[in-house]
Amino acid sequence: MSLPAGLEAQLPALQIVVPLMAALIAALLRHPRWAWWPATIAGFASCAIALLLAKSAARGEVTIYALGGWIAPFGIEYRIDALNALVLVIINFASLFALVHARRSVAAEIRPERIHWLYCAWMLCLTGLAGMTITGDAFNVFVFLEISSLASYILVASGPKRDALLASFRYLIPGSIGATFFLIGLGLLYMQTGTLNMADIAQRIGEGGTDRTIAAGALFVVIGIGVKAAIFPLHAWLPSAYEQAPSSVAAFLAGASTKVSLYVLMRFIFDIFGIDLAFGALDIDLLLMVLAIASVVAGSLVAVQQEEVKRLLAWSSIAQIGYMTLGMALGNPAGIAASALHLFNHALMKVALFLAIGNFVYRTGSSALGSLVGAGRGMPWTMAAFVVAGMSLVGVPLTAGFVSKWYLLAAALERDLWPIALLILVSSVVAAIYLWRVASAAYEPAPADSPAATIVEAPWTMLAPLLLLALANLWFGVDPSPVLRLAEQAAVQLSVPFESAEIIAPSPLSDTN
Amino acid sequence: MRHNLVLKSAAKITLPFILLFALYVQFHGDYGPGGGFQAGAIFGAGIILYGLVFGTRNSRILMSPGIAPVAAVIGVFLYTGVGIVSMLLGANFLDYDVLAASDVAGQHLGILLVEFGVGLAVMSVMVIFFHAFVATAEEDLESESSAQTEEPSDRRSQADG
Repeated sequence: MSLPAGLEAQLPALQIVVPLMAALIAALLRHPRWAWWPATIAGFASCAIALLLAKSAARGEVTIYALGGWIAPFGIEYRIDALNALVLVIINFASLFALVHARRSVAAEIRPERIHWLYCAWMLCLTGLAGMTITGDAFNVFVFLEISSLASYILVASGPKRDALLASFRYLIPGSIGATFFLIGLGLLYMQTGTLNMADIAQRIGEGGTDRTIAAGALFVVIGIGVKAAIFPLHAWLPSAYEQAPSSVAAFLAGASTKVSLYVLMRFIFDIFGIDLAFGALDIDLLLMVLAIASVVAGSLVAVQQEEVKRLLAWSSIAQIGYMTLGMALGNPAGIAASALHLFNHALMKVALFLAIGNFVYRTGSSALGSLVGAGRGMPWTMAAFVVAGMSLVGVPLTAGFVSKWYLLAAALERDLWPIALLILVSSVVAAIYLWRVASAAYEPAPADSPAATIVEAPWTMLAPLLLLALANLWFGVDPSPVLRLAEQAAVQLSVPFESAEIIAPSPLSDTN
Repeated sequence: MRHNLVLKSAAKITLPFILLFALYVQFHGDYGPGGGFQAGAIFGAGIILYGLVFGTRNSRILMSPGIAPVAAVIGVFLYTGVGIVSMLLGANFLDYDVLAASDVAGQHLGILLVEFGVGLAVMSVMVIFFHAFVATAEEDLESESSAQTEEPSDRRSQADG
């Protein structure tokens, strides 16, 4: 497939503009059924754009786009290498699969006069997430972070129950504090380096050495993004947000939003601060490793006790975020590759699991474990997909989850951290336990008075994205090479110093005091 | 609020100047301090002042809840539209150089349109927020007053029973 040269050069901007325009059109259409169309058409278009960008990134090329024709570091640049090309593919496909599912699911869960606003917020959230991923400007990350966060508060608040408002509020408060911390961190970095362009900051930190201001800025940034990524002590907003959000939205957020924050964390640690500052001088690796282990342990143990399947999956997400953070904290190329690979694979399995539960909610209106008893007989395809995605989450061989866990184990053993390798294995067993509870309940005979007794399979528009994702879980378990190439390329690019922009901004004024 | 003559007169005198100043900040923004965001905030504040003094029934006539979101969306459309036009003319997104015959004229036209879009969106969103908050307060008031009127009728029915 070849594009006209003019269009190909504009792909990075279109990645942002297409969902933004779709949000506006959805808001203007003001119709519960029509609003879905611009969102989904834009979803297909931005998936295609993400794939095209990933194609050149897989060759090791870095695409740079000067917004408004202003050359970095004076203007904002978009900068796509292997790592954020992979993340763009993840978020766009997570959004697309969830959107296809949403047409029936959202219509059943949400009041009709609010539906067009939901799709508007959905597309704005996608715009923000894609913008955070694609940009090469640190302050631009903050702007898009706010766009995606505000949109996701709306998405959570639009859930069918009144508790959704409370869940959204519990997300809003830590989310705003996290964003403020991030902004403070950026302010400190700007104060010391006089620039906001990522490559430029990286170069100036490298030249000027580190002082207390940069160290404080780095910690503010890591903690601020840690809230958004839901790393262990900052995770409290996540379970209720995913539980109360509409089912399709929960799938989208679980697949996309925390991934982007983890990506931003990787970009800041490895490219901007550099491994010498972040892991050498500040011991962020030790901090992240401890928190990652706590995430894995706490997430797995709490997930086992949940009686609400969406909540169970949300706690399991916290454990999985722990794995991704762990790969990052190991700091070796194998760990970074494992982390990037797990970003992709976790999106595959978690979106599938949430969509499967969404199908069940569509038929019964409940996602409690008790009401799920016997659902496997009425909804064989949905529950089969749930089991496949669940096996992938556990890390059974020939599923996608196995590949990334294998890489993570290898990375841990490479650093002789065998207790961590052991922890990964034990937590996989715990994951098998909590998913077994769901699967075994689903395949028991249904009691006569349960809603699952008379259940029928979900409509095919909801089933198709789910089955495709379940197949993808198997496909990428057998042949992970396309993703692996991007992930390994990303690990290589992150371990070399960030390429600086050609023109360097004027030095910060010396008489600012 | 009904009898507050001083407040009403003061609002009537200042309102035209507030709105005019907003337009000045808007259209002078590319030469001096100002711009779309500030202008939109001032214009929106003018409408909110009108609503506070003369009642939201009147300010809703000025900016109806049906029109306000459309105006906000059109504001954003204007912004992205300028970007898309510059892409169609062969430059990068939001590169204003290509919008007119010369670079300078292009930059002028581009920033004028973009800032007008920002101003429209900010103004509409401020008014939307104001009307939304007022609407919830009015609902509370109505439910309180209806509860008060229901009470005596309940008592009467009990007495009848």
